Amino acid sequence: MINLAVKEIAYSWFRYVLTAFGLGLLIGVTLTMTGLVRGMMDDAISLIQGTHADLWVVQDDTMGPYAESSTLYDDLYRSIAGLPGVAEVSNVAYLTVQARYGGTDIRVLVAGFNHDRPGEPPYLVAGRPITKSHYEAIADTKTGLKVGDKIGIRRDEYTIVGLTNRMVSSGGDPVVFITMQDAQIVQFQKDNTSIYNDRNRLASNPQLNRPGIPGLLQAVTVSQLSNNKINAVLVRVSPGYDPSGVADNIRRWKHFKVYTYEQMTKILQEKVIVNALRQLGMFMGILAIVSTAIIALIIYTMTLGKIKEIAVLKLVGAKNSTIAGMILQEAWGLGLLGFIVGKVASTLWAPFFPKHIEFIFTDTIVAFLLTMLICTLSSIIGIRAALKVQPSSALGG
Amino acid sequence: MQLLQTSLDAPFAIQMENLVKTYGSGPTAVHAIRGVNLSVRPGEVVGLLGPSGSGKTTLLQCLGAIIDPTSGRIILDGELIYDNGWLIKDLRALRRDKIGFVFQAPYLIPFISVLDNVALLPMLAGQSNSNARQRALELLTVLEVSHRAHAKPFELSGGEQQRVAIARALANKPPFILADEPTAPLDSDRSLIVMNLLARLAAQYNTAIIVITHDDVIIPRFKRLYRLRDGIATEEQGEGLPFPDQPA
Ligand SMILES: Nc1ncnc2c1ncn2[C@@H]1O[C@H](COP(=O)(O)OP(=O)(O)OP(=O)(O)O)[C@@H](O)[C@H]1O
Ligand SMILES: [Mg+2]
Repeated sequence: MINLAVKEIAYSWFRYVLTAFGLGLLIGVTLTMTGLVRGMMDDAISLIQGTHADLWVVQDDTMGPYAESSTLYDDLYRSIAGLPGVAEVSNVAYLTVQARYGGTDIRVLVAGFNHDRPGEPPYLVAGRPITKSHYEAIADTKTGLKVGDKIGIRRDEYTIVGLTNRMVSSGGDPVVFITMQDAQIVQFQKDNTSIYNDRNRLASNPQLNRPGIPGLLQAVTVSQLSNNKINAVLVRVSPGYDPSGVADNIRRWKHFKVYTYEQMTKILQEKVIVNALRQLGMFMGILAIVSTAIIALIIYTMTLGKIKEIAVLKLVGAKNSTIAGMILQEAWGLGLLGFIVGKVASTLWAPFFPKHIEFIFTDTIVAFLLTMLICTLSSIIGIRAALKVQPSSALGG
Repeated sequence: MQLLQTSLDAPFAIQMENLVKTYGSGPTAVHAIRGVNLSVRPGEVVGLLGPSGSGKTTLLQCLGAIIDPTSGRIILDGELIYDNGWLIKDLRALRRDKIGFVFQAPYLIPFISVLDNVALLPMLAGQSNSNARQRALELLTVLEVSHRAHAKPFELSGGEQQRVAIARALANKPPFILADEPTAPLDSDRSLIVMNLLARLAAQYNTAIIVITHDDVIIPRFKRLYRLRDGIATEEQGEGLPFPDQPA
């Protein structure tokens, strides 16, 4: 028996390929959505992965420093460092800013770190680590910055000395690493007008500006204008210690919230980006329904287009299985071709998306199987139409 | 009972007794066939004539198991296949193996080659591709279209397509061929060629053929014919003029 589906496709290949191409673009959009979800989940944890920390100590009752703002004093790390099982501790500060570059600005997450401690930028793809304590920065390649570029953050200008790869905030903003000293200034230092205003307010407060105690006003002013705050303390646990055990210990002695790597991952993936994921999930659901409807319509129309030939086939004695097989195989061919087009298209256009798109092999396989399943289900209405047609309808007309 | 007995014994390829076909029911019912008796011997070419709307196509489609008769009896190749209802379940297999069809239009499958259009029937009947194609090529050679075997149907002229359709009708060596105005789209020369071919094939393969036609060139060639009027058939003796030798 000759394969009627293959013959039909070969005969009207142009229309078939055109249809598969259109379908392929639809599949490509769906694949991109999947990649976007994966990319977002990946992005969400890229920064905490990059810190190489085991524990995050944050302000009590917060999920900081990525999900909520968290403020701690910058000398807290000393008391944590002394606890058993703590190998390394380090202060970090995070702040989203609009950094000035050229005539425009770029939205970046500024991360303050200490040299050679948890939280420092991982593997550099270009340039060198920061060697000076001020005004040097390491940027993620996603900023589009190059080594030697200068960017403005708040009042100061920083020189890019190195580049990292795939270091982004949970929202997908690229990270710019600067020293902790700089970060504290960026985050907590006030501008000149505020300092001036604050000083005046303090001076005009009779409780603080007492004639009998001349040193008081100055002491209060210094304390108010100091930058001794940070967002979190990162802890690396000594080999042989269980991170959650060490975390319990910190919680017991100090009144802070402590998260392990797993808990932090959960917070980021399940709380911070959950709405974005839900949104994409909704889109994907709708897209899947639309795709199914379109595939069904295409196959139904394709079947109606050759209903006369199907009637002739019935007239000369073709079995239902022969006819159904032809329609089903054409549907599968359409799915296969469409999937290939979609895969190629999504791979080609993925780099142009502002957000990271991550294609995972198992997702591709699942998407392929789903496409074939949808094609199979969609061909049912085509097959029903074909099996209903009377052989006598081949005649006349 | 008496009638049935003689029918089964008779050397007829096809036989119908008291066949009735009514389209629809109630006041709008169309009584297309009102009890027709008809029989054709193997190798015989019989004409079926009648004015438009007299029920020719209906009769032929009943005989060809394309539509369901309302009542009556059909005996095909010695086998009672219809007796106020089909006695055979797989009508499609019946059509495929026992009945060849030639219609006014060729109704070829556009997406397969001329050769495969003919070979499709033996293939559907379970023959191997090579056997089926060999059989198809033989028939196309007999019908003088073998040089277009690998073309697609649309690349052939109307007459060539009709000859391919005849080849297809013969492909499974059916005992019985139904032809509904097979020469309608052809000029009178071509009509004669096609009819001549059908007559020759009938003799060669011992096939019974019923030909519906309005064609004045063809009608005098039948030795025997049925004339339908308002769903009633009357048998007539034809002139039986010989077919002229096929023009070059
Ligand atoms: N599917 C149908 N439903 C209802 N009535 C039908 C149907 N097919 C045919 N008829 C009616 O049955 C009668 C016989 O039709 P049929 O097609 O058999 O005539 P015919 O002799 O082949 O005519 P023609 O020479 O024009 O082809 C006509 O009155 C026609 O209107
Ligand atoms: Mg007719």
